[in-house]
Amino acid sequence: MSIWIPLIKIAVIIGTILNSVIVLVWAERRVSAFMQDRIGPNRVGPFGLLQSFADVVKLVMKEDIIPRNAYKVIHDLAPIISIGIAFSTFAVIPIGNSIELFGENVKLQVADVNVGILYILAITSLGVYGLTLAGWSSNNKYSLLGGLRSSAQLISYELSMGLSIIGVLMIAGTLRLDQIVELQASYIGGWLPAWNIILQPVAFITFVVAAFAETNRLPFDLPEAEPELVGGYHTEYTGLKFGLFFLAEYANMITSSAIIVTLFLGGWHFPYIENLGISPFWLSLLQVGAFCVKVVGVLLFFIVIRWTLPRFRYDQLMNLGWKVMLPLTLANVMGTGLVILAWPWIRNLLGLT
Amino acid sequence: MDLFTIIFYAFALLALGAGSVVVFSKNIVHAAFALLFAFFAVAGLYVLLMADFLAITQLLIYVGGILVLVIFGVMLTNTVISVDVKTGTVQSMPAVLLSAALAGMLVGMFWSTDWKVTTQQTLPEATGNELGTMLLTSYVLPFEIASVVLLVALVGAAMIARREKKA
Repeated sequence: MSIWIPLIKIAVIIGTILNSVIVLVWAERRVSAFMQDRIGPNRVGPFGLLQSFADVVKLVMKEDIIPRNAYKVIHDLAPIISIGIAFSTFAVIPIGNSIELFGENVKLQVADVNVGILYILAITSLGVYGLTLAGWSSNNKYSLLGGLRSSAQLISYELSMGLSIIGVLMIAGTLRLDQIVELQASYIGGWLPAWNIILQPVAFITFVVAAFAETNRLPFDLPEAEPELVGGYHTEYTGLKFGLFFLAEYANMITSSAIIVTLFLGGWHFPYIENLGISPFWLSLLQVGAFCVKVVGVLLFFIVIRWTLPRFRYDQLMNLGWKVMLPLTLANVMGTGLVILAWPWIRNLLGLT
Repeated sequence: MDLFTIIFYAFALLALGAGSVVVFSKNIVHAAFALLFAFFAVAGLYVLLMADFLAITQLLIYVGGILVLVIFGVMLTNTVISVDVKTGTVQSMPAVLLSAALAGMLVGMFWSTDWKVTTQQTLPEATGNELGTMLLTSYVLPFEIASVVLLVALVGAAMIARREKKA
């Protein structure tokens, strides 16, 4: 029996992500159309909702072309790496508190890992392989340039990402994601939710910027900058394999949004709901709902930003990463440390208990 | 043989096999990719030994950091300059002597060490906490020396890059 629970969890999570990706692509096209005063896809199904499903079918039916001089094995492997990493990050994210289902206490998290945050950092640091190998194995100059850009960009921004998480870790004192969420489910002064966005505003901003860079979203989509690089690392990919890269990009977006929500926006915490006296089962369901609403909010933010900001130039990207983000995150770690050290003294001064 | 033993030997075989490809392959790109599997196998062994922190750090630093740079460099020299980078054998005698000495040292260590065997099957709570405390108290000197080595490497790399520019 017990082996079925993780398998069901995995199936549910992957199914949800796959379907969300399809809806997300539709949402992206509708939002962009709205922002540019167009209509967007509205022919297939109600509000054009089935357009993305039609696109998926189209991608699956297309011929798979591999260039003659490509390194075939690696060319095949690269999209699989990308999609695998996009999905496996989700394993440690708690989408809700534990719930009573069919007489069993089920934790709403696929893998409860002691070192959850480090797991996320490690897996996202592997994401660079998919793009780099795709760019290199295609044996195409544009692809290679895209792959090189992606490696340089991901390595530079990984650093700020890790350092901005350290601020959160110093407050939480644990690497477990479920405990980090539980710590956020309290209140400062009895009314203000103790979400990390309030306690760590600088870390939140740097983390979100780094997440944009890690997911290759505009304004950081240099690895696939269409006007300069044709299609960047996936220039030589067609059909289903191109579809996998496409899927991985959107799955990565969902995963990063979920991480942002978990670390900074209180995870599944629904403020003030504990006081209403709802039964534990419905409380858990509502918390899962709160998590989903937050994730969708962050995703909309991702989409709006994409259609608002132009692409960075390459040197601007590197300058931002190394000369602004890195010092900022380091200063944040220092500042957080000082405040934690001085906290007993400050508390006495303010007369708090 | 129970499942634990089977998985252990699978990972050990993968590590050894990939390691020998790294050493014996003439194509440096293949060697770099084999290194990827070797690192993964070692991370798998760490997980089996319930050293979760060590396993994740192995992935984070070796696979996600160092190896990316290695493959990056190999790919650049291979594709941009279009020169096939081959590995050859030079100075085999000193290399044999040095490796033999190192192997002897390792085997000696292996036999002389009093290995502590534990039958503990559950994860200790929060291994990261104890490791961090020990790194910054009892082992702070080796920890800092390691970072000095990295600094020296960084300065050296910058110096080499600068000199080429002037010429």
